Amino acid sequence: MTGEIKAVEMKDISKSFFGIKVLDEVNFTVAPGEVHALAGENGAGKSTLMKILQGVYKMDSGEIQIAGKVAVIESFQDAQSYGIGMVFQEFSLIPELTVAKNIFLNREKKTKLGLIDDSSSLTQAHQVLVDIGIDIDVKVKVSSLSRAYQQLTEIAKAIAADAKLLILDEPTASLAKHEVDALFKVLKGLAARGVSIIYISHRMDEIYQICDRITVLRDGKWIATSKLSDITPKEVIAHIIGRKDLEMIAHSDRGVDRSGTPIFEVKNLTVGKKINNISFKLFQGEILGLAGLMGSGRTELVRAIFGLDKKNSGIFEFRGSEIVIKNPRDAMSIGFAFIPEDRRRQGLIMDHSIENNLVANNLDRLSHLNFLNFGKISQLSAESIAKFEIRPPEATRRVKLLSGGNQQKVVIAKWIATNPSIVLMDEPTVGVDIGTKVEIMKLIRSLADEGKSVILISSELPEIMGICDRILVLKNGEVRENLDRKEIVDEDHLQIIVQGISA
Amino acid sequence: MKIVALRNLDWRSSFIYWMFTGIFLLFAGLLHNDGFLSPNNLLNIFRQTATISIMAVAMTLVIASAEIDLSIGSVAGLSSVCTALAIRHAGIIPGILAGLGVGIVIGTINGLLVSRFGIPSFLVTLGMQGVAFGTAALITNYAPIPILNDKFNSLFGSGNIGKFPGLLAWSFIAVVIGWVALSKTTFGRRILATGGNRDAAEFNGIDTKRIKFTVLLVCSIVAAIAGMLYAGRLQTGRYEWGVGDELSAIAAVILGGTSLFGGSGTIIGTFFGALLVGLINNGLILAGLPVSEQQIVRGLIIILAVALAKKK
Repeated sequence: MTGEIKAVEMKDISKSFFGIKVLDEVNFTVAPGEVHALAGENGAGKSTLMKILQGVYKMDSGEIQIAGKVAVIESFQDAQSYGIGMVFQEFSLIPELTVAKNIFLNREKKTKLGLIDDSSSLTQAHQVLVDIGIDIDVKVKVSSLSRAYQQLTEIAKAIAADAKLLILDEPTASLAKHEVDALFKVLKGLAARGVSIIYISHRMDEIYQICDRITVLRDGKWIATSKLSDITPKEVIAHIIGRKDLEMIAHSDRGVDRSGTPIFEVKNLTVGKKINNISFKLFQGEILGLAGLMGSGRTELVRAIFGLDKKNSGIFEFRGSEIVIKNPRDAMSIGFAFIPEDRRRQGLIMDHSIENNLVANNLDRLSHLNFLNFGKISQLSAESIAKFEIRPPEATRRVKLLSGGNQQKVVIAKWIATNPSIVLMDEPTVGVDIGTKVEIMKLIRSLADEGKSVILISSELPEIMGICDRILVLKNGEVRENLDRKEIVDEDHLQIIVQGISA
Repeated sequence: MKIVALRNLDWRSSFIYWMFTGIFLLFAGLLHNDGFLSPNNLLNIFRQTATISIMAVAMTLVIASAEIDLSIGSVAGLSSVCTALAIRHAGIIPGILAGLGVGIVIGTINGLLVSRFGIPSFLVTLGMQGVAFGTAALITNYAPIPILNDKFNSLFGSGNIGKFPGLLAWSFIAVVIGWVALSKTTFGRRILATGGNRDAAEFNGIDTKRIKFTVLLVCSIVAAIAGMLYAGRLQTGRYEWGVGDELSAIAAVILGGTSLFGGSGTIIGTFFGALLVGLINNGLILAGLPVSEQQIVRGLIIILAVALAKKK
């Protein structure tokens, strides 16, 4: 490989945020026409590295070469001019415009008079799609396409803009099996034409199906680069996980009593196409982990329980009797609390103060005949700030000025204040520093020790391994495994089950 | 702790008081020979702004929930003519009920269309503005309907309580109720949460549809009451009463420090915002400016004030 010109070469890239090193002299190269997997746990530095390549972040030190020449990428436009195309996870298409108009958005073909030349846009857009083997009518609105075809349109848009390198971040997360096949066919065709592809995914089977080489990052450091033909999935997983020097929180058998009536039971739940006939039981004082890849139905399951999505069929039982949950209010009155995955959009009102956020879901408890009891309100905020060590401890501070960890503490604090009997948590430690992560884990365990039951979604298997008493592994909206914690040997074992690789 | 409190007192929320004081002192200096400071003139400012400040209080709730109501001016007009017609044919109680009925019916329609069918309130109430205005003109055939019931007239705007105009009492009641509702009740918190982040409010178990319905209903009822105050003060119901008031009310709300994008709201600020609009009108009239120039200067002051208030 040496001597050959690389499509992209990133050398000794370092980057710190607020004094914390997120990338530490990382090396990463992609050859022309190669599909290169970039793997690592959440927070390993994958997205930061890619954002540097796209000009979103500026690296502190290091060098980027594109096609053998040093490249200075300081903006998205710079990246585009170097032929770097990003296929966004949150699509960058305008739904109400046609496929052709989206493909040439902001680079519209003009007639001699300077007006937009629709007919040449149509033929050229069609040509691009034919070239890369995508069968879409260029005259339909993007909003009428399925997610998979929107994604293919996005790829076509990048190719039409002369992208030599595509970055795909979890492209299959919301695709059905046959859509994945269509996507892979297109990607293989592009690679054959010399387009390089960086493929970010947690799914080992897909990586082996489509990629030529893999680079693994861990804790901001380069760990390994290898041809996939030279490495086994188990070895890859070992690289991704590494040897954890410090077990974040050691598991201990809490001896949950599962002899009586479960506190909560789901029977044959089906929600749209995302959840297919799921049943499980949750006992008092139990911490139930939901493991599975992105798109496996974990979030959809807790959303349905909390009444945010309508279920098609199935029943919920609370302490043995059937309950009806049509909206979050129903769920709250039964004793559910829900810590959502996106605290900025779903958990908090960012412009409001800590105190106002703490009050938002406790209004009935903090008022009499609808009049707010300000004594109780300041008591609640003082107690919450002290108990959860929210920093800075100023009740009037707007939550958008807090760190991610402290914002999450506000979310957790206000739900604990509702005195729930079942707490649903969706990725409660995302974007939270390691210290707060450990605090959150300990808190979950102490909630369970008090007799509350917890359903915990986490993509971080060490967390699941550390505190869960039982683990449901979901895949494609179904329960694939229902495991007692004792049945799981180590993290590699669980990872292999989640990936669905036969050991 | 004191220093912290001072730092948190942000410019936007206190801006209206500085602005109000500044303009007041300016006019007091420039126009004291024109009788600006006479008690009668000062009471006049209150009297002239009463209906706007009452509507602006309700508008604050609507804007705080991240909605808007453009129909209040014509709802006031329709309410004034329905009240006048009902008084002529049936007496004072039916008159009042007719006025309130206008507010309830229109508020319910606005609220349902916005909360249940998800149509933006801007469009719903813009359409309703035309419907209400047209209906008022139609049923009166463009004619004013005089109100001869003295009891009604003195209760709704013409009367005095001691030395003070009754309208003053109406606007104080509106401000007090609005202030209590927004800052002292769970309803107020739910409005602010809904306007601040509707998704998060839903996740927190707040019935945001109900909140949006309620604020639009309340706003229409309040506009209908304002219409009756026009009718009582001018002793006539007329389809043109209230035309353009929605813009004055919105200006008062924004000047007062409420964000146009929802999630914040201050009733006292709104009250001073309305007074500021009234103050500017009064001062420009006393200064002897023709109507055309008044409108230009008023427009410029409002733009300037909102621009200044935005600055950190």
